[in-house]
Amino acid sequence: MTPRPAAPKLPGIVSCAPRPHVGGSCRRPLLAFEITVALPERTPAQSTSTEKRSVGQGLFRKCTGCGVVNTVEDLSSRFYVCPTCGHHHPMASSDWRKLVLDDGALERWDEHILPSDPLEFEDGKRYVDRISRAQAMTGATEAVEIGRARLSGIPIAYGAYNFAFMGGSMGSVVGERITRLFERATSDRLPVVLLHASGGARMQEGILSLMQMAKTMSALGRFRSVRKPYISVLLHPTTGGVAASTAFLGDVNVVEPNATIGFAGPRVIESTINAKLPAGFQRSEFLLDHGMVDTIAPRSEMKQRLYQLLSLLSGEAT
Amino acid sequence: MAHILAFERPVVELITRVRELRELASEDDRFGSELKRLEDKAARLAREVFAKLSPMQKVQLSRHPNRPYTNDYISRLFEDFVELHGDRRFAEDGALVAGVGRYHGRSVVVVGHQKGRTSKEQKLRNFGMPNPEGYRKAIRMYELAERFNLPIFTFVDTMGAYPGLGAEERGQSEAIGASIEVMSRMTVPIITTVIGEGGSGGALALGVANRVLVLEFSYYSVITPEGCAAILWKSAERAPDAAARLRITAPHLLEFGIADQIVEEPPGGAHQDHDDAAKRLDRALYAALTDLSDLSRDGLREDRYQRFRKLGAFVA
Ligand SMILES: [Zn+2]
Repeated sequence: MTPRPAAPKLPGIVSCAPRPHVGGSCRRPLLAFEITVALPERTPAQSTSTEKRSVGQGLFRKCTGCGVVNTVEDLSSRFYVCPTCGHHHPMASSDWRKLVLDDGALERWDEHILPSDPLEFEDGKRYVDRISRAQAMTGATEAVEIGRARLSGIPIAYGAYNFAFMGGSMGSVVGERITRLFERATSDRLPVVLLHASGGARMQEGILSLMQMAKTMSALGRFRSVRKPYISVLLHPTTGGVAASTAFLGDVNVVEPNATIGFAGPRVIESTINAKLPAGFQRSEFLLDHGMVDTIAPRSEMKQRLYQLLSLLSGEAT
Repeated sequence: MAHILAFERPVVELITRVRELRELASEDDRFGSELKRLEDKAARLAREVFAKLSPMQKVQLSRHPNRPYTNDYISRLFEDFVELHGDRRFAEDGALVAGVGRYHGRSVVVVGHQKGRTSKEQKLRNFGMPNPEGYRKAIRMYELAERFNLPIFTFVDTMGAYPGLGAEERGQSEAIGASIEVMSRMTVPIITTVIGEGGSGGALALGVANRVLVLEFSYYSVITPEGCAAILWKSAERAPDAAARLRITAPHLLEFGIADQIVEEPPGGAHQDHDDAAKRLDRALYAALTDLSDLSRDGLREDRYQRFRKLGAFVA
């Protein structure tokens, strides 16, 4: 294995502050590592909390992999992959749409399904206020978006967790939307591509969050009968109840480089076994070595890899 | 070895006296009326004390070291039980027991978490926290039941799946997710009973059933109260607060539709009388199984799908 950059910190929360659009002609010779497909042309997206403003020089961000400072404009145009070390920084849902979907277009389903507060949960801060804050900061209605889209021309049912929205946690709305994603894909006979990035079940909805694992897995179980591919994409980080439901049960599991994926959090494991965890534990390469994922796809190859898999598994001749 | 929690002491003392008197009464019927009086008093006191228990005290009861575990129910509820071992992939997992047996004459498959009482047992059972092999053994059992059209009884009693290094290496997430999916597509009756702790995904991996029963002093939660308190307030000492806010006790589970029925425990809790606890559970299990007997095989799968399909709370 090639040496990997140091552990990235957990991603900061994506802020939704509007940024001036930089003109459309920001195509670049792209990534420092091997390229098989050109990334689609794009404009810089939302900033993240790790960005630093420097007067008169625009925005800069220090790479969490190698420490080299890049302009946000530059990083954004490379889909947040460091041009120096190839480290993949967390990326907003809107950027994933641009990276993976044709024209970045998603015909959204079930945006009217919205969170409530069944436990009237409060831990110093009310759950309803946490939701409002997450909605204001991300511009999203909940921690997952679903809908119909095309991937290199292939119609798909698409879902993507939004880690910036309360850690991508799965409560009733996320569970209901994912369930509907699989139900709709079943009735419309569409393949499913689902991008995971989640800390797990949402504590503030208690046992109802746990039950979403059973609900979504039941819907996935039904979807299997239409014999359309389900491609699970595992992004940094995917843990807990989301890892232990749909994430590892794709017909094919695709993971991005150096993501942290696992059931239990590293601190919990360390305190259980009373020892330090080895370097690279629960990272993408670790998962590949232990037979838990099929393939690692850097962002530069992600769309092409998904297209190949969808095309091959559908059995169509070219 | 008797473990007595502070809040249950008066109840336990009275129950102990009832037991002593019962011994005497079996030899000398002059004690009969006194026994009846004391039994009533003990039952009344138990009910009064236990009605006022906090959620955390109920969690303590669910973890009571004298509480009946899966094997205690298996020996009382099933005849001809043959334990079946191993996942056929890597190892045997003592934290999860499984096998075939007879329930009121009918062949059934049984799967349950198993805790230990002595330190030797606790090591063997890994405190009731399965590794992936446990869940893969469970999957084997579900598939066995499906092939031979046998009803499945599962018993849930775990703090959670084991968060260990090897567990991660061997795919704890995948094992739990697969167990949930396999349960969801079975076409035989599945009845789950939460007999103690229902700790998160490690519990749910045995819980995708047509009917879910919960014992009166069991709990079922997305996270342990200690884990929740550690995340929210960086202090496990606030676990009682977390236990209250998470709404994890039997009445809440019934209210949210997580449980279909609460099975009442003997006065003072299931640990005071394993035989009586098993008898009460037997009645509930038999009724649930009978209730499902009208459904076709596809109907059973559909019933389970709809049962979980409606769980959740959102605005639409
Ligand atoms: Zn870098």
